Amino acid sequence: MDPILEVRDLQTHFFTADGVVRAVDGVSFDVYEEEIVGIVGESGAGKSVAAKSIMRLVEDPGSIVGGEVRFKGETIVSFEEDENGERTESEEMLSNREMRERIRGREIAIIFQDPMESLNPVFTVGGQLREFIEINRDVGESRARETAVDMLREVGIPEPSERFGDYPHEFSGGMRQRVLIAMALACEPSLVIADEPTTALDVTVEGQILEQVADLQEKYGTSFIWVTHDMGVVAEICDRVNVMYLGQMAERADVDSLFHDTKHPYTDALLDSLPRPDQTVEELKPIVGVMPEAINPPPGCRFHTRCPDAREVCRRTNPEPRDVSGPDERTHRAACLKHEEVFKVDYSASAPIENETSAGFDVGRTSTDTGAVDADGGVHGSRGGADE
Amino acid sequence: MSDVSGPGEGASAGPDVAEEGDPLLRVEGLTKHFANDSGFLSWLNVERDADGVPVSVGREWVRAVEDVTFDIRRGETLGLVGESGCGKSTLARTVLRLVDPTEGDVYFEGDNLAALDGEALRRKRKDMQIIFQDPQSSLDPRMKVGPIVEEPMKAHGMLDDDGREERARELLERVGLDPQHYNRYPHAFSGGQRQRINLARALSVNPDFIVCDEPTSALDASIQAQVLNTMRRLQDEFGLTYLFISHDLSVIRHISDRVAVMYLGEIVELAGKEELYENPQHPYTKALLESIPVPDPRKSETRGVLEGDVPSPIEPPSGCRFRTRCPEFIAPEQYDLTPEEWANVRAFTRRVIRHGFEMTTRADLEAEFFTEARPGGAAGEALDRAFVLLERGEWDAAADHLRESFTEPSICAREQPAYEVDPEYGDDRHFCACHLQRDAEMTH
Repeated sequence: MDPILEVRDLQTHFFTADGVVRAVDGVSFDVYEEEIVGIVGESGAGKSVAAKSIMRLVEDPGSIVGGEVRFKGETIVSFEEDENGERTESEEMLSNREMRERIRGREIAIIFQDPMESLNPVFTVGGQLREFIEINRDVGESRARETAVDMLREVGIPEPSERFGDYPHEFSGGMRQRVLIAMALACEPSLVIADEPTTALDVTVEGQILEQVADLQEKYGTSFIWVTHDMGVVAEICDRVNVMYLGQMAERADVDSLFHDTKHPYTDALLDSLPRPDQTVEELKPIVGVMPEAINPPPGCRFHTRCPDAREVCRRTNPEPRDVSGPDERTHRAACLKHEEVFKVDYSASAPIENETSAGFDVGRTSTDTGAVDADGGVHGSRGGADE
Repeated sequence: MSDVSGPGEGASAGPDVAEEGDPLLRVEGLTKHFANDSGFLSWLNVERDADGVPVSVGREWVRAVEDVTFDIRRGETLGLVGESGCGKSTLARTVLRLVDPTEGDVYFEGDNLAALDGEALRRKRKDMQIIFQDPQSSLDPRMKVGPIVEEPMKAHGMLDDDGREERARELLERVGLDPQHYNRYPHAFSGGQRQRINLARALSVNPDFIVCDEPTSALDASIQAQVLNTMRRLQDEFGLTYLFISHDLSVIRHISDRVAVMYLGEIVELAGKEELYENPQHPYTKALLESIPVPDPRKSETRGVLEGDVPSPIEPPSGCRFRTRCPEFIAPEQYDLTPEEWANVRAFTRRVIRHGFEMTTRADLEAEFFTEARPGGAAGEALDRAFVLLERGEWDAAADHLRESFTEPSICAREQPAYEVDPEYGDDRHFCACHLQRDAEMTH
């Protein structure tokens, strides 16, 4: 079966006064029919930018500078290189107008974290939903209204025909997020991109919504890309997972093998740092240091400055995710040189390097020279004090 | 019930009377109500449909915190968990008297904070500090880190200039920052580091008690772990007592010794950490625990999803405040119903009250709600009446009728629950505000 969405080597950069922020720097993944694919990472990993790039919704000063995005035979992003190596957008790319009229809303829908940003406060909830359906499905007003009420009921809004005329501020946060889910599903798109849709919600409301999405996904056969920082949500809802770190993909696997047969030290460290609701953990094992700025990422593997398994070779080589699964196992990609037989490097012979993981025991200690992250965006000694 | 020696013996005035050790802080019947509106003439209500004079006088009150009683022992961490709007932050601020309580007392090291005033209260504040959630807005962007840390000492007249600087540098080091950071501005720090500055500032006056209001909620998972570990270490080093507030049950489980669960202004359950997580008794606590996504795909169980939304704290439900959403709402004693019959009646009643379906025909509704089990007798007659009203399109009358027949006579709507449960894990008292425990001993 072919994937419905293919993302290859996607690069989205932000051109700021202080330099180029490589928010997404060569990311590849697929989405197949009827699956929920997670993109997980900490803030600054580039997961939201990656999701927006698929919809070509990246705003100034950001732009997509490389890679390919193909969706059901259509080319959303593609580049050509001329003889000087200059990249230009290729001809086959959909025009902005085609994106607007054919793709967004109809084929790919997106749900954001803050529903108030997506709903207009001066129009009624029902009116906005009805208009959206009218435009995207080419139906008349009364037909659209019926569909809108049905969709509201479907996502669990009580008294949908009475609440149709309410304004967004009259809905609770969970209800608003349900409205957006109704809007996303109203045109029966093939793919829904959900960007941290439950992060701002209470845990019981989050539970209700995850449950509802799972039901609707089954009913409509929609594929989802679920962007989140919460490993619990990933475990709950995703079929396959992509783990991002500093603009790149660290690991990609089925949800079960990601949690139970983890192949990348970053994923491992992330899972170890979580307090658990289901068991008492005496001592948390945090990841040392902070994520470096994407404006000046460390050379080699981007995680090597915080990685407990880092060796000299990790400073020089930036691995792309490769399949490291054993025979008869499903594909499990990891971008880590410790799988030396796959990456054909001499990892074991390479000397372990000194980084913050080996620098004493107070892991809480965050030292100055490794780049206090300036809010003003100044460039600081990147934590790769190891830059060669 | 286990046969652990009953902790409920002796006089007890609340969910948590210290049976041992030395309570540092004791909160008794603490209540905080806010006026719902403020401003000139806000006490005037216009009622367009009223007979006679269409105005009435009186304010609406948001009952944010209602009759909360607990204590915190010296050196322990009490976790306070609840969803947004449950009143946990208001409770914390009322405990510290950052807002004045409507009723109730707060004893801190023997003194009643609720009765202190002016200078006496100000001096007392030296021993109680608070850390807020947002590490961005809790630090003055125009002050350097050193003076930020020194400010509380200055306010309380501690040490001289040099002494304060020395202590500030030492504290920066103790919270895991570099003493060289003394001359930097807050913007030069990441979220986790800013929270460390907040810790250093709180510690500067050598307090006994720190309220931590969602201190790690704005931080990434890996950074959160660093800060939580530091907070624990500092607790040992400085002999601190924490009231740790969070909506995150995983964090609460990690950091707390005992845990209180809050719903709509009240504490519904309070027990030792293991007891609360492994042997929860209140249906709300159970629902919360079932709702948390566990970071393990092999443990994703089906969960009991809570119905509906949290009711308004302006007119909270009578009796047990959780009863409008409770999956275990108790049947009124006057009806003799099987559990299946009662489950159907309960589901039907709630759906009618919420207008949760479109009126079709009575036969359809009977089929939807009562195929397997339909009560007869008085309960059946009450249902018949509701169907008649529904068929006439009188939704509100039907809802009122069902409320009168099935909701209001229940013990859950009539009496406020407060019970002691025998703990299965540890010896800490286990308080549970749920009438399912009504065979256990009442505490109020």
